[in-house]
Order: sequence, then structure tokens, then C-alpha cells
Amino acid sequence: MLRGHQSWEFQNKPVLLATATVVGPMEGQGPLGDDFDIVHEDLMLGQKSWEQAERTLLEEAVKLAVENAGLTKEQVQFFVGGDLTNQLISNSFAARSLTIPFIGVFGACSTSMESLALAAQLVDSGAASYVVAGTCSHNATAEKQFRYPTEYGAQKPPTAQHTVTGAGAAVVAPKGDGPVIARATIGRVVDMGIKDPFNMGAAMAPAAVDTIQTHLREFDLPPGYYDLIVTGDLAKVGYEIANDLFERNGVPLGQTQFADCGMMIYDYETQQVQAGASGCACSAVVTYGHLLKRMWRGEIRRLLVVATGSLLSPISYQQGESIPCIAHAVALENPE
Amino acid sequence: MADNKKKKLTPVQQQYQELAKQHEPQRPVLKNCLRAFVSGGLICLLGQAIQQMFIHWGGFNEKKAGDPTVAVLILISVILTSMGVYDKIAQWSGAGTAVPVTGFANTMASSAIEHRSEGLVLGVGAKMFKLAGPVIVFGTVAAFIVGILHWIFG
Repeated sequence: MLRGHQSWEFQNKPVLLATATVVGPMEGQGPLGDDFDIVHEDLMLGQKSWEQAERTLLEEAVKLAVENAGLTKEQVQFFVGGDLTNQLISNSFAARSLTIPFIGVFGACSTSMESLALAAQLVDSGAASYVVAGTCSHNATAEKQFRYPTEYGAQKPPTAQHTVTGAGAAVVAPKGDGPVIARATIGRVVDMGIKDPFNMGAAMAPAAVDTIQTHLREFDLPPGYYDLIVTGDLAKVGYEIANDLFERNGVPLGQTQFADCGMMIYDYETQQVQAGASGCACSAVVTYGHLLKRMWRGEIRRLLVVATGSLLSPISYQQGESIPCIAHAVALENPE
Repeated sequence: MADNKKKKLTPVQQQYQELAKQHEPQRPVLKNCLRAFVSGGLICLLGQAIQQMFIHWGGFNEKKAGDPTVAVLILISVILTSMGVYDKIAQWSGAGTAVPVTGFANTMASSAIEHRSEGLVLGVGAKMFKLAGPVIVFGTVAAFIVGILHWIFG
């Protein structure tokens, strides 16, 4: 049901029945390594190209999520997913082998929550009984498409972020064991004129703040209602800016915990990641792997995940355009 | 220039950019310069050593020894790039590994490796100069202008 201007309240309480996360070697060595289902030691995953490797990550995640849900892929009506590659080849090629009817979405790194919100809406409205939402990113395909060849020796500035290699998938069902997908807010595109593709955090922070404030306003909730509000991949720079913006806007964020997935997945001391992590898989694997485990353990009861995305293309920034950004929020709650 | 850029932004955007600037960690310029000096210097020292070796044991004179020296440096750079080490060294050294001939070799080798999956012709052949191309184009243009100036002013 529409709530306010851009939010959905899921009245039939769809549940996040099962999830699966697959990551690459660096993510496996990071502080959350134990929370992921499959850790690959080889960045190529035994495939011929980075692109094939990325698609394999997603195929594995979706298959495992469906298996964890105790379903077969024939029982799943729709697969909602997207990624960073041009024309969403990772998702559409994965959907080709999965043979689940496919809805491709693009929200850059916000795709994890965009696809989950849509999946929840489909199930809540009765348009489907089982929907899988998935997304993936690969460090090398992202570098290749948006920046320089992976082996090129360009010095990265301290604001740069490291794209996560991984994939996360979640199965949404009308009922069952698992956290309830309670509500969602679809973000609007915010552009504060930042042009530097090596400073995505600063570009995305206003979008995250806008979506979080809208969410709290439209549902008339204080920030303290949530045990944890987590953004997708703002990393150090964007996270600090977001904190500053909340303070300026008078949002009492001190009531709750505010964190960022992009600052959790890598070890700043031992891993060379500059400001932190980014990529579609960043919020997906941290949420579906780490944060959901914390929900199962009862450490978090109410969680708001705000996945952030930079909607730039290699062409747009070369033409000197600024970086439009978006953030989508999904609220997960343990049943009472 | 900076004022011109600002004019296109709304007041809200300007305000935000000022805020974002405060949170942006600055590039450690001095540290980067020192590292570039040390690493670039080491590469030059290595080059010098190789050149001396060619003069002493290879029977080249000082002028002729330059060519095989460059070839050896390029080879080392390409091998390090292929092993996935060069970019790690470059994150530390910055301009130190980018400016010498090893950096140029790295741009070509890394592009060639990156686009190998798209085939030999349209991948390796076409995209090998993706990063090196501009250097060649503007290097040639600059040489042309310098040549003309030299011709005019003798």
C-alpha cells in the first residue's frame, strides 16, 4: 500500500525466506569472511573472462538461495535483478541459465534494495508467491568498464572505493520463517553536482540522507525505531558527510546505530581499499550475509537498509556530466 | 575558471560542495612526491646499471646502449604487469612508476591483458593503445610544435 508520496507499506508481511552470498578472495579475507556462504579463492572462478566470472557468482547465489529456501527454481515465479555491467549482461545471462522469468532493473549499487523492494511488492500484492531478488558485481569488470585496466598502475586517491566481488540473492515468500519485509521507500534521483568518479561517497551521501529522511517522515517514525540504519556503500568520506547532513537537518540519529556496509567488509589496516567498498554486491552481501545473521541471533530486531547508487556511465562522466545518485530503503523486522 | 564552474550550480549544490570538500581527505602530495622521487630514481638507477652492463659486457658504445636498456626495462615492466604486481607497486610510487618508460609499457600491457577476452584483433589490437594512444598523439603534436619553433628561431 502506498504510504506518503514514495513509500510502500507491505500489509501482508512478506518474509525474507532465505538468502545466499558468494564472494571473492578479498572479501573472504575481510572481517566478515565467515558470514558468507561461498568464498572463491580465484577471482576468475575458473572462467574465461571476468564477465563470465561475475555471472557465475550470481548464478551460484541465486541457486543457493532457492535451495536454502527449500524450493526448486521452477517454484520461483520471478527473478528481479541487476548489476553494473552494460546492458545488465551478468543478470540476463544468469537468468538465461536459471530459466526463471526475469525482470531486469538498473539502480547501480542501489540495485540490492531496489530489487528486494520490488520483489516484496510483487509478493505482497499477490502477483507472485516466490520471487528471488539478486545482484552482483565484480571488481575487475567494474574497473574495466568505469575506470582503467585492472593491472594499470594508476595511483588511487584516498577518496576512491574498492568494488566488491560477490553476489547476493534473497528469496521473498508470502509467509515462512524469516524477517518480515515491513516497508520500503523508493528514492528520487539527487544530484549535487559532484563530478569526480573517484569520490562516489560524496556524490551519494545526499541521496542516502534524502531517502532516510523521507522514509522516517512518510512512516512517521523516529530514527530510534530502528536498531540499525545502514547505508550501502558511502564508505568513509560519504559516511562522514551523511552524518554531518543529518546533524545540520536536525535528524536525531543518535537514537539509533548508523553504519555503512562499505566500511564493514574490508579491513582498512591490511587491505588496500582507500575509502572503503562499493559495488552492487557490497550492500547485498553485507545485508544478506552479515546483517541477517545478526538478526537471526536477535542482535538486531529492526533494520533499515539504504542501498546507494551512482547512476553514471563511462560516457556521461567523460562528457563532463555530474553524477546523479539514488538510494532505496527497505525495512526488515524480526517477527514479534 | 572556478567561478565559471560554480555559476552553473544551484546555491544548494554550491553549499553542498563546500561541505563535501571539508570531508574530502586530501591527497598526501608531499608524501607522494617523495615516494615518486625515490621510486622513479630507483628505476633510473636500474636503467643506468643495465646500460653500464651493456657497455661493459655487451660491446655497445654509450649511445647505442640506450636502445637495449629501454627494451630490458620494458620487458621487466611487462613481466611485473603480467604477474599482477606493477599496479600494487604503482599505488605506492605514483608518478615514480608512471613517468619512466616502464609506466608506458604498463599502460600497453595492462590494456592488452584486460581486453584479451574480446579477441586478438578487436580486443588486444584495438584496445592496446587505449591509454598509451593519447600519449603518442599529444607527444607527436608537441614534438611538431617544438620542431617548428626550432626551425623558426634556429
